[in-house]
Amino acid sequence: MKRYFHHELEDLRKHLILMGERTIDSVRLAAQALLSEDVATAGQVIALDDEIDRLEILIDAECIRYITLRGPVASDVRLITVAMKASHELERAGDEATSIAKRARKLAEKGKIDDFNHIPRMADLALELLRDAMDSFITENVDKAHTVPRRDKEVDDLNRENYVQLTDKISLNPEVSHAAIELIFISKSLERVADHATNIAEEVIFLLKGEDVRHTAEVKRSGM
Amino acid sequence: MSATYDQYRKAKSHCMSGLAVFCAVMVVMPLVLVLFYLLKMGFSSLNWAFFTQLPNADPEGSGGGMANAIVGTLELMVIALVLGVPVGLLGGIFLSEYGGEKTNGFVRFAADVLNGVPSIVWGMVGYTLVVVPMHGYSAFAGGVALAFIMIPLVLRTTEEVLVLVPGAYREAGLALGIPRWKITVHIVLRTAFKGLVTGVLLALGRIAGETAPILFTALGNPNWNNSLKEPIAALPIQIYYYAISPFPDQNRQAWAGALVLIGIVFLLSASVRIIAGRRKKA
Amino acid sequence: MNQVISITPSTMSDRDKPAVDAVAAPTPVPTMKPMAVVPPSAPATTAGPPQIAFDIQDLSIFYGAHQAIKNVSLQITAHSVTAIIGPSGCGKSTLLRSLNRMHELTPGARHTGSIRILGDDLYGPGIDPTVVRRRVGMIFQKSNPFPTLTIAENVLVGLRLNGVRDKVFLNRRLEESLRMAALWDEVKDHLHRPGTSLSGGQQQRLCIARAIANRPEILLMDEPCSALDPIATGKVEELIHELSRDYTIVIVTHNMQQAARVSNKTAFMYMGKLVEYGETEQIFMNPKDPQTEAYVSGRFG
Repeated sequence: MKRYFHHELEDLRKHLILMGERTIDSVRLAAQALLSEDVATAGQVIALDDEIDRLEILIDAECIRYITLRGPVASDVRLITVAMKASHELERAGDEATSIAKRARKLAEKGKIDDFNHIPRMADLALELLRDAMDSFITENVDKAHTVPRRDKEVDDLNRENYVQLTDKISLNPEVSHAAIELIFISKSLERVADHATNIAEEVIFLLKGEDVRHTAEVKRSGM
Repeated sequence: MSATYDQYRKAKSHCMSGLAVFCAVMVVMPLVLVLFYLLKMGFSSLNWAFFTQLPNADPEGSGGGMANAIVGTLELMVIALVLGVPVGLLGGIFLSEYGGEKTNGFVRFAADVLNGVPSIVWGMVGYTLVVVPMHGYSAFAGGVALAFIMIPLVLRTTEEVLVLVPGAYREAGLALGIPRWKITVHIVLRTAFKGLVTGVLLALGRIAGETAPILFTALGNPNWNNSLKEPIAALPIQIYYYAISPFPDQNRQAWAGALVLIGIVFLLSASVRIIAGRRKKA
Repeated sequence: MNQVISITPSTMSDRDKPAVDAVAAPTPVPTMKPMAVVPPSAPATTAGPPQIAFDIQDLSIFYGAHQAIKNVSLQITAHSVTAIIGPSGCGKSTLLRSLNRMHELTPGARHTGSIRILGDDLYGPGIDPTVVRRRVGMIFQKSNPFPTLTIAENVLVGLRLNGVRDKVFLNRRLEESLRMAALWDEVKDHLHRPGTSLSGGQQQRLCIARAIANRPEILLMDEPCSALDPIATGKVEELIHELSRDYTIVIVTHNMQQAARVSNKTAFMYMGKLVEYGETEQIFMNPKDPQTEAYVSGRFG
């Protein structure tokens, strides 16, 4: 029997999916702003962050309201908790994107960058992981969700390599230190975006299977 | 436990069961014996003539019947019903639906007292109230006397039955904005209907065999009764006269009459059983 | 809470399309004779401030020497569901019954203060309680369809015993009421069966159909689901949600989760006093009074 308030759960799913889309857009635009040194695009990302923040507040309010008034159990309550946590992960990923965009703007103002090291590859991977995490939620595909934590390792490795390469560059040529440091931060931000994607995927596994796979060997990542 | 104690226990148990059975038999025996004796004495006299003919005018002769007495009994029951049931019913409704605590206590007490009044007293009441002013014995007077017996009976049974109707139905009716009296008539009485009918039938069974009150109100009549103002024959009266008569044929007919009277009471009791026993389809 | 973006999030008071293909709106009624002393209210307007169904001012109710309700003031909004919660003996049932003058059936009942129903004084001189109860229907804890009446007769009894004779009108009202009570499909082929031949949940819906056949403006429900299993309870709650568009519903319940599910506003009572009254969301998420907090979180007593 479908109760009159069950549509509130459907609305919640819609809002979460929307928030995912916005976050993915944000990360994509931030990478674009960086790699094409486009200040205008950077501005878009910053504006998008407001929307992502509002969505987080909306989702939280809906979740709390549903818990209070409807007393959910079983898969409903898992959906609620996953929605609340995933929205926080997305919000922080959005913040990382904003940080990347701000740094990209700074870099663009300072001058051309000749070498982005592994950052383009990291951006692609991070976006892929985010998309797959959200996809696994939308299509309720637990196998897809499982692939995300595994691929996070690659992003971690790329970040470490970036660090080594950029610190070497700095010691060879102190003049490029400002730009290099920004790139180090950007690399770290992308690594964090991938981590957030992994967290979301773990939440989806909990939603679909009722198992809490966080910090298990199955999904343990190596990394800094 | 030792074997002997076991045996003792069993023996004691059998003893008690036997005693219980014996008591039950002692209770039922008189009833069975009476019925049996009645049947033996009266059954042979039950013939078509008995049910259709008037008493033989010649006391020494044989033949004739108690047709007028049988019809008379039924007629008196109807008169008593018409006079007594409305009063008893309305009284019962008052007690159950409208009365206050103090009033109810008083009315119930009065009804209980009246239930215990010897029936001959009711006969005297009927005599004084109806026979004397009308200057004559009549069916009506007999009916009145019997009605007085019925009233407290019907009142008490009506009240008992109505009180059993759950208050939830009255509340539901009130909540629908139905006036109080309509709730009483259409819901309460309707729900209790079987119980009410049972109560009336029981009261009828009680008065069917009453002799004393109709002796000097209805008086009895060797012929058919043609009006309420005339005396009327009734089975108890007829049985009384015939039983003490010196003529054997009349004695024989008295037995038959008694059998018929028992038969009427039996039919009434049986219909009570049938009505009460029929459960509503749930 | 900010509304955000391209998708329109549903509003909190969103009303769904009816699950029942019902003739939901009450059809205009030939007036029942005698004409109500309390004239019927004006139809609900969608614009403007919400209509007040009951304006309770400083109400106190006594049964003899015992004071059951202590100076309660409360305004119940029309076309909404208001829940009254509180521990046993807090007076919630008494308060409910004072809204259709049923508390007067208890000997020794008297009151001070006033109740206005849609602007009219409920206890004014010359107001006939019987007429009031045609405007304010009541559903009881234990369903009580009349056992000697069929399903159809049960639904129509309020109309018939108040003098309505038009067969066409009655038949239409019968179907409408049973549809609105989400019972029509289940019973339409055996309307002649006794009212008591239905299951518990169906009987309660029958009682609801019986009450709304009168087309009251307000429905009072005294713990309507406490004798029902979860599925039957769910059906009745859905019904309440449906009906709340056209009716004002006041429901007393000791099941707080039910109050949270079905009501727009909640009143919490304790020992005859109104402790807190507000939007249901606020009462359950962020109660202002510590007693309310203790009660809804189960720490009471």
